[in-house]
Amino acid sequence: MKLKGWKELTPGAVITEAGNAVQFKTGSWRSFKPVWIEENCIQCLFCWLYCPDMAIKVRDGKRAEFDYDYCKGCGICALECPGRKGNKAIIMVEEGK
Amino acid sequence: MAKIVAITGNEAVAHALRQVDPDVCAAYPITPQTDMMQRFSSFVSDGLVKTELILVESEHSAMSSCVGASAAGGRVITATSSQGLALMWEILFIASGTRLPIIMPVVNRALSAPLNIHGDHSDAMGARDTGWIQLWSENAQEAYDNTIQAFRIAEHMDIRLPVMICLDGFIISHSIERMEYLEDEEVRNFVGEFKQLNPLLDLGHPVSYGPLILPDYYMEYRKAQDEVASKVSSVVLEVAEDFEKLSGRKYGLFETYRLEDAEIGLVIVNSAAGTSKDVVDEFRDRGIKAGLLKPRLYRPFPYKETGEALKHLKAVCVLDRADAFGGSFGPVYLDIATSLYQYKKKPILINKIYGLGGRDYLPEHAELVLNELAEIAKTGTVKSYKEYISVRE
Ligand code: SF4
Ligand code: SF4
Repeated sequence: MKLKGWKELTPGAVITEAGNAVQFKTGSWRSFKPVWIEENCIQCLFCWLYCPDMAIKVRDGKRAEFDYDYCKGCGICALECPGRKGNKAIIMVEEGK
Repeated sequence: MAKIVAITGNEAVAHALRQVDPDVCAAYPITPQTDMMQRFSSFVSDGLVKTELILVESEHSAMSSCVGASAAGGRVITATSSQGLALMWEILFIASGTRLPIIMPVVNRALSAPLNIHGDHSDAMGARDTGWIQLWSENAQEAYDNTIQAFRIAEHMDIRLPVMICLDGFIISHSIERMEYLEDEEVRNFVGEFKQLNPLLDLGHPVSYGPLILPDYYMEYRKAQDEVASKVSSVVLEVAEDFEKLSGRKYGLFETYRLEDAEIGLVIVNSAAGTSKDVVDEFRDRGIKAGLLKPRLYRPFPYKETGEALKHLKAVCVLDRADAFGGSFGPVYLDIATSLYQYKKKPILINKIYGLGGRDYLPEHAELVLNELAEIAKTGTVKSYKEYISVRE
């Protein structure tokens, strides 16, 4: 992305384009990556609710894949995931392993 | 038609605020400002203004409320003094950096410790580099006039910066003087409707305030702010011209008094300038070419214009009602020295610290200083570049 010069900025650093966080791919921050184990998933959608980066996709009302462009690997989804009978449906795996 | 009244500085400014009828006022009491906001609160409870009054629990909250209300899209005011201004410190930078046109009369008072409630300039001088515009006022009339003009300056679409209007605690805030009011309608027409810029409450155009700006952009935002500062002088003059048409009273970036052909001169802000002008007259009567410069727009400081106005003098004394501890000289001295530095031929410049914590500034003090300047102009020798005056050994 080409950086703007000082003449092109809005006064007081106000952000005037709503939802422009989409331009900022936080996926590159990740050191741990959440992995979905579909057979343990009970479709409670807690992960979708808790994810601070909207990085869990929902398709037709159902839990779908992670969006790794924006998932920063915070691990909240893995912590909140109840899974099935004590078996987590999300586990965190170290990147590059 | 102007109405002539006998009035205190606090009351005069409170009436200016009433006439503007801002959207939001956040108020917290502190001597000697208290009675200004108290009067304004009565205007609210008497239904004379439509202002939403927020009674906060501290000045930090007062300024924070102002930031929120201003970002939301309102015309916003508060007022403070001394420790109150000091407590606002953090948020002052947020107001200016976010480019919010908040208006704040500052009734100048000394800072603790030692505790003192009387007038000096330590409070607002300490806040001189917070990015706020500062207008200083000699008397109730100037405080009233500056308050009204401040709205136009702050809200100008090329500026959008907060403004402090400084007036001396007790000497001006609580003494009764003759003053001319403008009619309510004249003031309302002069300041005009408040124009919003990216208001938070415009739900059709959602915006975010206060983002984190990292090293890749922070300098660009600062450069943009510096550029805005460079435009303030011309807007101040433009507004002053319109104000003169309305009131007949003339304002500039600073006031010069018998300065054009002067050989020695005083630079002094606010109420003590009045006393000094009388003494300048006495020296003129004795054939000594004395003059005076009284800064009005102190931030952003008009270095070029000030330097031009002073460079022909032989000797100048800057009188500071605040000291810049560790900076060796008082704050106004430092700015005057900077404005003169680029000239090859320039006056010898000395600094006197006076009137701290409400210590009286008397005609004989101005007289002593002018005598010393006359001597310096004649001999070229300076005994001391900086000195406290009217202080016991
Ligand atoms: S790790 Fe954090 S960011 Fe990534 S999907 Fe889970 S909750 Fe969202
Ligand atoms: S929180 Fe776990 S169980 Fe619930 S939908 Fe997400 S992955 Fe499935």
